[in-house]
Amino acid sequence: MEILKLTGITQEFGGLRALDSIDMTVKQGQIYGIIGPNGAGKTTLFNIITGIYVPVEGTIHFHGQELKAMSPHKVAKLGIGRTFQNIRLFNKLSVIDNVRVGSHAINKSGFISDLFGLPLARREEGQIMIRAGRLLNLVGLYEKRDEYADNLSYGEQRRLEIARALALKPSLLLLDEPAAGMNASEKVELIELIYRIREEMKLTILLVEHDMNLVMNLCEIIAVLNYGRKIAEGNPEETKNNEAVISSYLGVEA
Amino acid sequence: MFWEQLLNGLTLGSTYALIALGYTMVYGIIQLINFAHGEIYMFGAFVGLFLVTVAGADLFTALIGAMIFCMILGMLVERIAYRPLRGKSSRLSALISAIGVSIFLSTLMALIRGTNTTRYPNILEINTYHIGGLEISSLQIIILVVSALLMIGLQLLIQKTKIGKAMRACSQDLDASSLMGINVNRVISATFAIGSSLAAAGGVLVGIYYNAVWPYMGMMAGLKAFAAAVLGGIGSIPGAMIGGLTLGVMEIMGVAYLSSSYKDAIAFAILIIVLIIRPQGILGKKITKKV
Amino acid sequence: MEAFLTQYIDAYYLRIFVLIGINIILALGLNLITGVTGQLSMGHAGFMSIGAYTAAILTMQYQAPFWAALLAGALLAAFFGFLIGIPTLRLEGDYLAMVTIGFAEIIRVFFLNFEPGGKAVGLYGMPPNTTFVLVWGIVIVVILLNAKLLDSRTGRALYAIRENEIAAEASGIDTTRMKVLAFTVGSFLGGLAGGLYAHYMSYIAPQDFGFMKSIEILNMVVLGGMGSIPGSILGAVILTIAPEMLRIVADYRLLFYGGLLVILMIFRPNGLLGDVRIYDIKKRWFKKEVG
Repeated sequence: MEILKLTGITQEFGGLRALDSIDMTVKQGQIYGIIGPNGAGKTTLFNIITGIYVPVEGTIHFHGQELKAMSPHKVAKLGIGRTFQNIRLFNKLSVIDNVRVGSHAINKSGFISDLFGLPLARREEGQIMIRAGRLLNLVGLYEKRDEYADNLSYGEQRRLEIARALALKPSLLLLDEPAAGMNASEKVELIELIYRIREEMKLTILLVEHDMNLVMNLCEIIAVLNYGRKIAEGNPEETKNNEAVISSYLGVEA
Repeated sequence: MFWEQLLNGLTLGSTYALIALGYTMVYGIIQLINFAHGEIYMFGAFVGLFLVTVAGADLFTALIGAMIFCMILGMLVERIAYRPLRGKSSRLSALISAIGVSIFLSTLMALIRGTNTTRYPNILEINTYHIGGLEISSLQIIILVVSALLMIGLQLLIQKTKIGKAMRACSQDLDASSLMGINVNRVISATFAIGSSLAAAGGVLVGIYYNAVWPYMGMMAGLKAFAAAVLGGIGSIPGAMIGGLTLGVMEIMGVAYLSSSYKDAIAFAILIIVLIIRPQGILGKKITKKV
Repeated sequence: MEAFLTQYIDAYYLRIFVLIGINIILALGLNLITGVTGQLSMGHAGFMSIGAYTAAILTMQYQAPFWAALLAGALLAAFFGFLIGIPTLRLEGDYLAMVTIGFAEIIRVFFLNFEPGGKAVGLYGMPPNTTFVLVWGIVIVVILLNAKLLDSRTGRALYAIRENEIAAEASGIDTTRMKVLAFTVGSFLGGLAGGLYAHYMSYIAPQDFGFMKSIEILNMVVLGGMGSIPGSILGAVILTIAPEMLRIVADYRLLFYGGLLVILMIFRPNGLLGDVRIYDIKKRWFKKEVG
């Protein structure tokens, strides 16, 4: 079943074409990888899916619903969680509060019930707290729940971003270079974590990554972007042997 | 009538522009609203007055003297109240520090001179010229010419000299400039020096134009000049000039054609309307957020 | 109780306590906007004046019951806060600060020309309905509700906007709605404090709510520590008492005040309680015991 479908996505920044009619279909339960050199338009694509940019042309369908021109918080409410390439945590909030903020989208308690601590707010608070604790356990940060987010190490911050994104109960999770800055053992743990969350939460995962090994190991289907164009798509084996990919991205003469 | 008001507006506006330049230059480099800038302007006016009355200086000596004095004062303020905060604190704490300096300086002058308005002596013989039905005083000519010369000088300084180049680099990216071997502290010092001397010139010119100086004159002038800088697009030097002139003209026109009792509200009303239509100011660049 | 207090506590101290209470309400209101949500507002006195004039006119000229007048003033201030919140959809940082300054100045000039408000003379002879017990009763309720709000879904969303707006949006927070909410609630508290102030002093005039008043409230929030409720309370207490303590230095009072702001920002750039958490204190103590 298709969960995300992009058709003819084109984006321009001041006359510069960052994305050129990208078509892409992500199926339920897949781990889908996007690779490509710097400036290929990978992050731009994420920003278009999550509503930060509105594409010049093209349509985005999520569970059959049009996302184009929808503001980022509405996209999040529909069930798309994301992490950021340059980590964007709430630095002066505690680790657990970062995750609690993440659950904003799935709760309802409003100003009045929050102000007076009405039953709705109290009931939700309890659930939020339990869920946040469970998610922190999952990413191995429960012990550090009261630290400020900016006191965490780089790898920990990346995992916290994942926990925060999971807090909104997404059906689609976008990971923007989740392994950047991680050492080898952290990467192994990351791969395990990604498999685990897919199984446990029935997630579909779309990720952008530079580390070829990681992508080849993890992803079931890979799209290759170059200068805003999709030049190949297929399983890791096909991608590895694709001539266009080898010449333009891997930089080896075919 | 209209042309005379326009001329009055340009005269007032060019003094706003002189003060606004200091705000915009400092903001362009360290993103600080230097709230003490209005007080530097006030000090400029008083130093000019002192030189004229006590030392018997002529207008141009007074102008140069006030500019040099405020140059040093501006650098001193930066060294004592802003530099220790740089890098290790939020911009807001620097802002509060600037407010502290502003209160300190205006109180200091009130203690020295009392809170009353002092009149500037007539150091110039004011002639009035008639050019095709338009009445223009020699004072207005002097203010417009001096302001124009200072602004041209500033443009030359920024475009042609080494320190100007360094200032432009710093306003693009402070960290990268520092990595390129630019002495950032020196550039910031120079920015304060230049901005403060322009404000001092504005102070002396306003002093003789309105024939009055008082210790709290810096606050409203500072607020309006800041409004002018924001109007033009903060961080942009031509923006500060255009913003200052626009604000001056609008304010005078508002007083002439609408109501004088709302004089101080006009500048801000214009500003709010402009910002709602064009959030980055007249010449400000729209910054696309990097995600 | 009030009778008991007035009998046994020196009127001078009682007055300071009441003013501390009013300032705490002001500081907690601005803390929501600037401290928690990170939207720099430099016009809080404008909201205060709306509450003060509305309540005063209602009790004096329409014989409205005091509580109704207070509420009406706070609601009208909240409405203006809502209006000012709307430009925040498009404006950021210092542009927003300028709009808030401009708004407060326009309000001040409006009251300077407002016939029912006594123009520049202001209003006097309001019934002295504001008592020590009333003020502190309200202060306690405001503190409790504030604490409740900040430790809730809404409160965390507000902090998240301050920390990282893009990540907040990506977490499903409607940041524009939340910012407008912060402005509305913060202004409500400003208006409430204004109504209390008017009926305590029994005299208000436009100059009571000028730019310096806004700055004073901002100082409380930043000095105490942005976003911290105990911080805002401490800031309000210190900055209410400081001018009284500084009376011994008489004329030099404001000189010290200004200097103190600079020094405090240099040594505690995050405010007095801005980065103090019970958790960190516990951790430090625990480590000491182990070591």
